[in-house]
Amino acid sequence: MSIIKCSTCGHQNKEGTTICEKCGKPLDYDQQGTLLNMRYDGSAIRSKTKNRSIVDKIWNFFSSIKVGVSLIAIALIASALGTIYPQKMYIPQNIDPALHYRDQYGLSGQIFYQLGFHNLYNSWWYMVLIALIGISIFIVSIDRGVPLYKALKNQAIKRHPNFLKRQKLFGEYKDYNEEDKTDFINKLKKHRYKITENDGHFLAEKGRFSRWGPYVNHLGLIIFLLGTLFRFIPFMYVDDFVWVREGETAVIPSTNQQYYIKNEEFIFETYGNDDEDAIFEAALQNTSGPVPKHFETSAIIYEDVSKDVIGSEPELKEINSGEIIVNEALKINDLALYQDSYQLNEFQTMSFKLHEADDEEEAAIAEFTVDLTDPESEYEFDNGYRVELNRFYPEYELDNGQPRSISNYPRNPGFVFFVHGPDIEEREASFLAIGQNIPSGDNQYKLSLTDFGVRDVSGLTVRKDLTLPIIGLGAFIFMIGVIQGMYWQHRRVWIHQGEDRIYIACHTNKNWYGLTKELEKVIDGTSFTMVQDQEKNNDT
Amino acid sequence: MKKIEQAKQKKQIKKRNRFIFRSSILVVLFGALLFAVVSNLIAEEEATLDIGDKAKDFQLKRVANNEDAKKSTLQLSDLEGKGVMLNFWATYCEPCEREMPYMEKLYPKYQEQGVEIVAVSVDATELVIDKFVDHYDLSFPVLHDKDSQVLDAYGIRPLPTTYFIDENGVVVERVLGELSLERLEGYLQQIVPKET
Repeated sequence: MSIIKCSTCGHQNKEGTTICEKCGKPLDYDQQGTLLNMRYDGSAIRSKTKNRSIVDKIWNFFSSIKVGVSLIAIALIASALGTIYPQKMYIPQNIDPALHYRDQYGLSGQIFYQLGFHNLYNSWWYMVLIALIGISIFIVSIDRGVPLYKALKNQAIKRHPNFLKRQKLFGEYKDYNEEDKTDFINKLKKHRYKITENDGHFLAEKGRFSRWGPYVNHLGLIIFLLGTLFRFIPFMYVDDFVWVREGETAVIPSTNQQYYIKNEEFIFETYGNDDEDAIFEAALQNTSGPVPKHFETSAIIYEDVSKDVIGSEPELKEINSGEIIVNEALKINDLALYQDSYQLNEFQTMSFKLHEADDEEEAAIAEFTVDLTDPESEYEFDNGYRVELNRFYPEYELDNGQPRSISNYPRNPGFVFFVHGPDIEEREASFLAIGQNIPSGDNQYKLSLTDFGVRDVSGLTVRKDLTLPIIGLGAFIFMIGVIQGMYWQHRRVWIHQGEDRIYIACHTNKNWYGLTKELEKVIDGTSFTMVQDQEKNNDT
Repeated sequence: MKKIEQAKQKKQIKKRNRFIFRSSILVVLFGALLFAVVSNLIAEEEATLDIGDKAKDFQLKRVANNEDAKKSTLQLSDLEGKGVMLNFWATYCEPCEREMPYMEKLYPKYQEQGVEIVAVSVDATELVIDKFVDHYDLSFPVLHDKDSQVLDAYGIRPLPTTYFIDENGVVVERVLGELSLERLEGYLQQIVPKET
């Protein structure tokens, strides 16, 4: 390591130091009198000092502000690009994304997809980018924070006159008396400056802690990033979803089949059914369809206490019950179930009657009800008639003229019935669905829908998040750092006692206007004239 | 002389300490980075059971495509020693429907060689499965996962999803989506138990 020896006091400074650590003499040998760069108080930034092993090289790479800012810029541009088209999770799930982006957005959509921007925020390279920013923040903080702390802790009270002369606010006074000097110092004290003295030289300082602001907020950011990292641990974070039908018990996902939930009842209220809602009448007339007012699921949570193999009948023990209302979750330990969405009036049962096709009265020969959650294949009656449910389509659609179901759920049921009877030769077939009743031929008997039962389906979010306290703490520390650095400034006034004159120089890390105003108040009433802004003088 | 040596030694120690300090911080930071990326990739895979994993044991009711089997249950671990093709499907899923005849066609040939085909339906009602099995005249065991417990345990997302499991119960291959006859046969050959 090369060493810079101060020509005045002989102190050996580390390479990269710009202001002598001991006497405060500028080490750049600049005779022009340009203002000093006071960043990090002239101490050597650690990484700038040496560059030998591979570890040092990696360290130096991340400690560069340029690298850090570039990483942030790249992340910003990438994040912006990802918003051009919807992300993968927001497009219809049943379509191949490759086709969706091409068909919906043309060539640019295809490029968007090919470059992987359709799943940008979960892509490995985006994660790496964010992590690299975290690493950069961490290393930069150590690399600059530690030397700055040391430099300020060990700062010299007596500084070389050249140091004072090259400060932005500077004054040189020949005619003064000691009284004025003490007066000046006392007034600084009144402004809550801490005064230290060495051989008649003075240093007045306040607000040094504001210099730690950036490092405190970096610490907060790192804790925040760590918190988000913990979201990958299933123990810390679960985000899932489950549909439960009224009266049904479903396994709660992400619990290894340990917990089950039963939907006792789904309650749905709309505006306009209450006397209190009279004031909304005018508004309600402008809307089409009912406006939901309140919805909740009355649920029971069970634990499967049997240790049997998966798929065997669970042995359920009730552990919690209550209402799930939007943000009022039902909880099992740290796992919470929130009301998310609903589907109203899904068919549960359908009732039919058999009658003669040409009977205008439609007098029932036989009546039966099909439980759509577990339909039987045959319905037999005492009078010799028999109805066979040959095909059942829970959510029927025509596909090339052939009926088929597109889902598991009886949202639009379709039936193929075979009717057998004493006076029917073989059988009579007919197809029934909502608003449809198609006989297979010249049928003697006809089936008609008489009634139906419906139930609601409740959609619940399954959420566990133990990372929130960590993320909250990070955000809180970040905020403290911001406040610390923003609302306070590190101000210093040096008073150097020369042989026949006195030098006064002032420095602040920000808000020069505030410092100038403060100095005006301090100097006012003493025989000193106001210190000069050397930057302004140079400009004119 | 002594002083110079002392200074040199001090410098050496300082250098070493710096190296240790920097290396350990870099190791921790890059470790965290690696953890984040790997966890993210695993999370994207969705299905929890992957190639190389031991297939989770389960038992389910058989659907009555065979009078002997009516209302009996089948447990996966009972099939140890045989290769198992485990197919998750539903009657409303068109690609599942398309691959069923292929499975039926290859079943007798591979059953002789010690491979069992097990189809787990996630349909809500048994009736639709019954009718489907009748229609395609399926002879391999068809199970009904009525409460979606096995679906949840295996973390199945798209239908069909097919696992090819070897005689030791280890997943050899996992296929998301439809299979062609050629590919199906290729995978079945992979799980024929080795003669020992």
